[in-house]
Amino acid sequence: MNQQLILDLEHLLTREHVLSRPEDLLLYEYDGSVEVARPNCIVFPRDAADVVRIVEIANRHDVPIVGRGAGTGLSGGALARHGGIIVSFARMNRILEIDIENQRAVVQPGVVNSDLSAAVAHAGLHFAPDPSSQKACTIGGNVSENAGGPHTLAYGVTTNHVLGMQLVLCDGQLIRIGGKSLDAPGYDLCGLFVGSEGTLALVTEITVRLTRLPETIKTLLAIYDRIDGATETVVEITARGITPAACEMLDGWTLRAVEAWVHAGFPLDSAAVLLIEVDGMREAAEEHAAQITEVCKLHGAREVRLARDAKERDLLWKGRKNAFGAVGRLSPTYYVQDGVIPRTKLPQTLREIDRIGKENGFEIGNIFHAGDGNLHPIILFDARDAQQFQRAVSTADAIIRFCIEMGGAITGEHGVGMEKDRLMPLLFTDADLALMRTVRDAFNPVGRFNPGKIFPTGKGCGEVRINPLPLSGSAGAPPSGPTPS
Amino acid sequence: MSAPATVHHPRIADIVGARNIITDPQGLAAYAVDAIEPQVAARPANAQEVAQLVAFAASENLAVIPTAARTQLSIGMPPARYDLAIDMTRLDRVISYDPGDLTLSVEPGIRLARLAETLAKHNQFLPLSVPFYERATVGGTLASGLDSPLRQAYGTARDFVLGMEFVSGDGALTKSGGRVVKNVSGYDLHKLFIGSIGSLGVITRINFKTFPLPSSERLFVASLPSSDGALALRQRIAASPISPSTLEILSPEIASLLFPSKAKFPSLDAARSSPSDWLLLAGISGSSAVLDHCSSDLSQLADQCDAKRSEMLSGSEREGVSSVVREAVPLIIQSSPSAIVLKITALPSDVHDVLQFVASESERYDVRPSALIRGVGVLYLFVLPDSPEAQKERAVVRQDILQAGERHNFRATVITCPSEWKRELGVWGPLHDDFLLMQRVKRAFDPRNIFAPGRFVGGL
Ligand SMILES: Cc1cc2nc3c(=O)[nH]c(=O)nc-3n(C[C@H](O)[C@H](O)[C@H](O)COP(=O)(O)OP(=O)(O)OC[C@H]3O[C@@H](n4cnc5c(N)ncnc54)[C@H](O)[C@@H]3O)c2cc1C
Repeated sequence: MNQQLILDLEHLLTREHVLSRPEDLLLYEYDGSVEVARPNCIVFPRDAADVVRIVEIANRHDVPIVGRGAGTGLSGGALARHGGIIVSFARMNRILEIDIENQRAVVQPGVVNSDLSAAVAHAGLHFAPDPSSQKACTIGGNVSENAGGPHTLAYGVTTNHVLGMQLVLCDGQLIRIGGKSLDAPGYDLCGLFVGSEGTLALVTEITVRLTRLPETIKTLLAIYDRIDGATETVVEITARGITPAACEMLDGWTLRAVEAWVHAGFPLDSAAVLLIEVDGMREAAEEHAAQITEVCKLHGAREVRLARDAKERDLLWKGRKNAFGAVGRLSPTYYVQDGVIPRTKLPQTLREIDRIGKENGFEIGNIFHAGDGNLHPIILFDARDAQQFQRAVSTADAIIRFCIEMGGAITGEHGVGMEKDRLMPLLFTDADLALMRTVRDAFNPVGRFNPGKIFPTGKGCGEVRINPLPLSGSAGAPPSGPTPS
Repeated sequence: MSAPATVHHPRIADIVGARNIITDPQGLAAYAVDAIEPQVAARPANAQEVAQLVAFAASENLAVIPTAARTQLSIGMPPARYDLAIDMTRLDRVISYDPGDLTLSVEPGIRLARLAETLAKHNQFLPLSVPFYERATVGGTLASGLDSPLRQAYGTARDFVLGMEFVSGDGALTKSGGRVVKNVSGYDLHKLFIGSIGSLGVITRINFKTFPLPSSERLFVASLPSSDGALALRQRIAASPISPSTLEILSPEIASLLFPSKAKFPSLDAARSSPSDWLLLAGISGSSAVLDHCSSDLSQLADQCDAKRSEMLSGSEREGVSSVVREAVPLIIQSSPSAIVLKITALPSDVHDVLQFVASESERYDVRPSALIRGVGVLYLFVLPDSPEAQKERAVVRQDILQAGERHNFRATVITCPSEWKRELGVWGPLHDDFLLMQRVKRAFDPRNIFAPGRFVGGL
């Protein structure tokens, strides 16, 4: 059957655009997460019509379909958990329309996030969601995960910027939802489909809002000798009603890892830094910068530096956005967690993460979107040691449980995928999950699209999560993070 | 349509208590939707009671419409069936409010105005500046999908609702989202409830992100000789660094209807040079330095667009004018009860063509509609009948405006009109192929079709 499937797909797309050799499959066993699953084949459609035909072929052969953007996802979203066809949108990477006056763009899903911003920068616009992986990740992936990024603190996450989509449903129908103008009558279907992790439909076109670049940007680096000082600063900035454009935190461990690689200028002897950006009209940016500097000092910042020019600012951001790459140099495998808490609970949560790490014998680094309480603890482990991996997972779980205790959630931006499906019951009741399943089944009744994601499968985690045979020497691929430019 | 079910009152009284059911004709008249009255209205005290009511309704196949302040029940088609009104006004508590985190969780029956007082104590607010502001509830506002002038800067409810709890068609108390400002755990089912007019279930709790109140606000008003001038000024402001909090354009007729009397708002009067002026209103906020910068930029831009005059309003005059604009729809309905009000959405750059199209079609019928235009590309079009039968007004809305959207790049729906014209007009306009998906959503939430059957798009 597999052979016939491949032949059918090759017939549609030509041999060049269907991968099925074992060595090809190996590459697509991974995304940015620590999960592993092998597909039957990978296909590269050119347009929506190809995608429709692929869905029809999958239906005929009764195999799953999993969409894939750049594979930078951190929850195993793009992995073929139950095998089947991976539909890579790498060839569907055209910007179809840019409408400067109305601040809209229409793109194919494979367009790389930062390419869109680059394409509209000349008009003073950008695509606001800016995941740290933006030089690699695709807008289709952003839509499916409802991705965030440092600047989504002020500008909102992907769902706030998506106005319309073209979808391929699991019966092969091609349908448009939303559109270039606002408030289409009827249910907010875009609201449902954004963040549905490829479980409801394949996305073949996206209409997004473009945002004006600010007149003035001020980037501050606040340097602390105590982690508590940094977290307390974030609490107070929030409480004072100042909304910076971005407010990121790196703890001492992480900033040292970064500094060794990027030389962004983070002081090696500090316990934490906050990277805070304010923007807008010149007067507003200046006022906010002054207020924030005052709060930083109040909470013991030993220094607050202001980036003098765009070059200095870019360097600071390069340090932030390449941090995972820097960590990758220290350890081939690491586990980036993604929890979220009310911002008022940052100080005690970071103390608890530290405690949980020590208790389990891990040093945990923290680099995260502090302004919206979105944590990313990083746990280093050795993938060849199955026991250690197991311990890393249970350590991460303990952190997530604490986030929930604090009134938070299991994922702020990376998605549930196949990483956190089993944690869903910590947050949602049977009734909540039953309704979500009913909605999934309304669009994807036989599990054609991305099966085994989001919803708990009932299996113990160890069985599904660990591939006992590390194929490339490490079970978790170092995330294919952006390379320094 | 199935045969009307008979409601067994004692069971409902068991759930909410005898004092909280309404069965007398006079009492029930207040719950009428498009002149159709329910057999019973029940006033639950909490989410559990709502869940029990829905479970009961589902088992008896009763058609349910959730209501609260009853200010927006004119939206949608007349219900196909209507047995039980669930009056949500007793669920009016703030469940939790964490000013330090700028997050809030409320029951849906709380009035916006009352909630605003609570938030103002902490210098915060929700950007829901909607009509019937003093009476409207939070839940009703969300379910009605109302937008507000503040969407220019803050977006609509979908942009700041963090999660909800609701009762869906089988009577289960269900939730999605959460109470943190960033969250991708599970499907965002709550977004579907915004604008669903009760067709998916009953909202029992809403979690919000709140916003800091601006330190001060002003309102820039400019008068322009034509819609072209006003739209050009809108475009220049949108492309400038100003970031207004509101940006509205009033056609001359609307301006005269909303601001008839001289002397009430002297600065506004000063900004108008003649009754045929179009008015552009831009709200700005921030520190005095920011406001000064915006003010001078705005007057420059206005000059470039040949504005006749402009003024900057502040204090109580700013508040007064803003609240009149906010209340435009109810104020106009009050003075002209058979008005047909449409909501039209289009790209900002197409608004000019939409206005031209509507004007030329209307001219053929000798109808003169007027418009309130939001800067983001949302128009409220007011068609005020000359005569009680409104023959020509109904004709232009039905045959021309509602049907023409596809060809002219806009979408139109009637948001309010006399009930008896609704079937003829088809208030939701033509269906699009996404209707297929909406049917699936409806079936997933409400398999027995008990929630507001027939009122929503396509008879859902
Ligand atoms: C170094 C690094 C930094 C990161 N920083 C951030 C960050 O700041 N914020 C953040 O939110 N995330 C971040 N991520 C996670 C990841 O980059 C985002 O989730 C991103 O949106 C994934 O995009 P992708 O193109 O790689 O998608 P993939 O990983 O390829 O896929 C993600 C999901 O989308 C689905 N999918 C993709 N395309 C389609 C389509 N066309 N139709 C249907 N389904 C589709 C897949 O099936 C999968 O479920 C980071 C990752 C790395 C490695």
